[in-house]
Amino acid sequence: MAPENWISTFRHGVHPDEHKEGTESLPIERVPFVESYILPLGQHIGAPSVPVVKPKDRVQRGQLIAKPGGFVSTALHSPVTGHVTALANRRNAMGDLVPCILLEADPYATQRFEPRAPVDWRALSSKEFVDQTQMAGLVGMGGAAFPSHVKYVPQEGKPVRFLVVNGCECEPYLTCDHRVMVERSDRVVRGIEILATKLGAEKTVIGVEQNKEDAIEVLQAAAAGAPVPVEVAALKVKYPQGSEKMLIDAVFKTEVPAGKLPLDVGMVVNNVATIAALADWFDHGRPLIDRVLTVSGPAVSRPANLQVPLGTPVRAVLEYCGGLKSETRQVVMGGPMMGSPLSSLDVPVVKGTSGLLAFTDADVFDGDTYTCVKCGRCLDACPNFLNPCMLAKLARAGRIESMDEFYASDCTFCGSCSWACPSGIPISQLIKVARSAMAQRKRKEVRQ
Amino acid sequence: MENILSSAGIMAGLGLLFGTVLALAYRFLRVPEDPRLEVIIDMLPGNNCGACGQPGCSAFAETLLDGGNLPSGCTVSNPEKIDEIAGFLGVDAGEQVKRVARLHCAGGLAQAKQVAAYSGFESCRAAAVTSGGGKGCSWGCLGLADCVRVCTFDALHMNTNGLPTVTTQKCTACGDCVEACPKDLFELLPMDQPLLVQCSIPLGGEEARALCTVACDACERCARYARPGLIEMKNNLPVIDYVHYEGPECPEATFRCPTGAIQWVVEDQFEDSEPANRGGHVERL
Repeated sequence: MAPENWISTFRHGVHPDEHKEGTESLPIERVPFVESYILPLGQHIGAPSVPVVKPKDRVQRGQLIAKPGGFVSTALHSPVTGHVTALANRRNAMGDLVPCILLEADPYATQRFEPRAPVDWRALSSKEFVDQTQMAGLVGMGGAAFPSHVKYVPQEGKPVRFLVVNGCECEPYLTCDHRVMVERSDRVVRGIEILATKLGAEKTVIGVEQNKEDAIEVLQAAAAGAPVPVEVAALKVKYPQGSEKMLIDAVFKTEVPAGKLPLDVGMVVNNVATIAALADWFDHGRPLIDRVLTVSGPAVSRPANLQVPLGTPVRAVLEYCGGLKSETRQVVMGGPMMGSPLSSLDVPVVKGTSGLLAFTDADVFDGDTYTCVKCGRCLDACPNFLNPCMLAKLARAGRIESMDEFYASDCTFCGSCSWACPSGIPISQLIKVARSAMAQRKRKEVRQ
Repeated sequence: MENILSSAGIMAGLGLLFGTVLALAYRFLRVPEDPRLEVIIDMLPGNNCGACGQPGCSAFAETLLDGGNLPSGCTVSNPEKIDEIAGFLGVDAGEQVKRVARLHCAGGLAQAKQVAAYSGFESCRAAAVTSGGGKGCSWGCLGLADCVRVCTFDALHMNTNGLPTVTTQKCTACGDCVEACPKDLFELLPMDQPLLVQCSIPLGGEEARALCTVACDACERCARYARPGLIEMKNNLPVIDYVHYEGPECPEATFRCPTGAIQWVVEDQFEDSEPANRGGHVERL
């Protein structure tokens, strides 16, 4: 029997320093519009969007500029009023040159978004609802950027029992979801009302980590007045609680089997920011044209939570925050655990950018790595119950075929193992590298 | 006493029985093995590199005996050994053009634009998954020597310009480096056609030139000046038809290349410590 003060969480995981104190109480600021915007066509997982504008076209803020390129794909809208300068290749955060729509803002035009009459979402059939969310350009805004509408497709024999709203924000430094929950709790609850009704969910649970007390209070107050049953679950602070499967484990004590989706256990998981954006779309016709992100880290002059139009170059966002300190060594897009370091500051903010963190020489790990001492800390850390040190050993030896026997494909690259390793072995990166080699080999086999 | 005798007797009887079965099986079920097989295996290099397309030297020797391959199918062995095998078997040695691994990139430290510094463990593949490494060009050589580490014939080393150099004499065209390169830059090419495109950028014009001084900017001059049927432009890059083109070696394609992306390479690809040639200079003609 669980003790009285028992707090829900999942098994395994790690406790990195939170570093959230610098930004968690700062209200969301809006970044002024800049001159030019870069909008990659592939900001989400799946097929890239297909442009519907051509150079020199005039666009309004919120106007559709690229339509979905397939089912697992989503729409893209102009974040500013201005004109299209070119369709060209630009560098994205992964370092690849990818096709983008380049926009220039009109400095004399109003950037006011013209709201549309609310959609009668209750009258929509489930297919129309899915199409609508696809045209809103909604993706999972926790970082993975998976097109949200795909999760809303009803599947035969798999009814949705619970809607799980992810407000964990377990990554250190990031506070953008926290601020969204505090400042826009009405939007979150409104989004829950729409989505829970359309999916036919019995109950909605908002999972929030205990370090966000004010968010829990505000959400509880807002949930009390909601027309659908909403419960706020306070969860123990632990990384990676915000991972879909870990969150389900923490809230419901249900395990999502390997290779299966939350829908297989009757659940749909969405990030709080995504839910708020969904409410904006159905109430005001406002598509996903900006997002809230956290700029933080020891090398940032003025940390902040910002509402940034999509496509704003990282350089402009950092300049708004007073620029980088001279001893800056590394700028990371996303959280420190799963984010990716940038090779250029001219990459744009995209739908999945949850944070921009800058670190100095002192913060970046440069130390030596030692041999594995088989202490087993990575096994205790891995939330997926894998054997990370074995996988790292196989990856290093180049035996990537044998890695499948140790379930390498279940790794979510949360980085808990690397964080826990006393020998400083980049376990997560080794597994990622091996997985990339595996993918390349498969691509070659398909070609032959 | 009786027990001991009877058990010994049973054992001896069983031994005799099985011995007879084995002797009969050897007499009637024997598959004669060609005595030449062992000799040929001894004559082959014994690297088991797989460059001939067989899983190893003994499998290759078997195909030699049944005529599936000619001795020159082994590209690792030297010509004298090949002739010796051909003489032993009484077959034609055949003609096999030596193939070597060639790198489709010449953007070393001196040519390609660097936009950031990668720090992490030394591996091209690791750099490639970490925001694509520090190079401006997303398709070029990352210079962290994954290919050098997998080469078991000591045919690869990094030159001072940060590019892997293939020592053609040692290269056996086993294809390990082709597998290892995360950017798919290596290709096994015949040495009798020295034309080589040393770039993989699928961009054209200014975009390509901004990334690297020896980039192919897709001006198509090489395709126009080359003999018909030799070069075709595909995806903003010249593609040389090594298989179907049967004409003489022809260096015209390199004459008018403005960046030096297409080169006439007879021996090793890069002179050590020298940056790649620029401006269509033709060497050893």
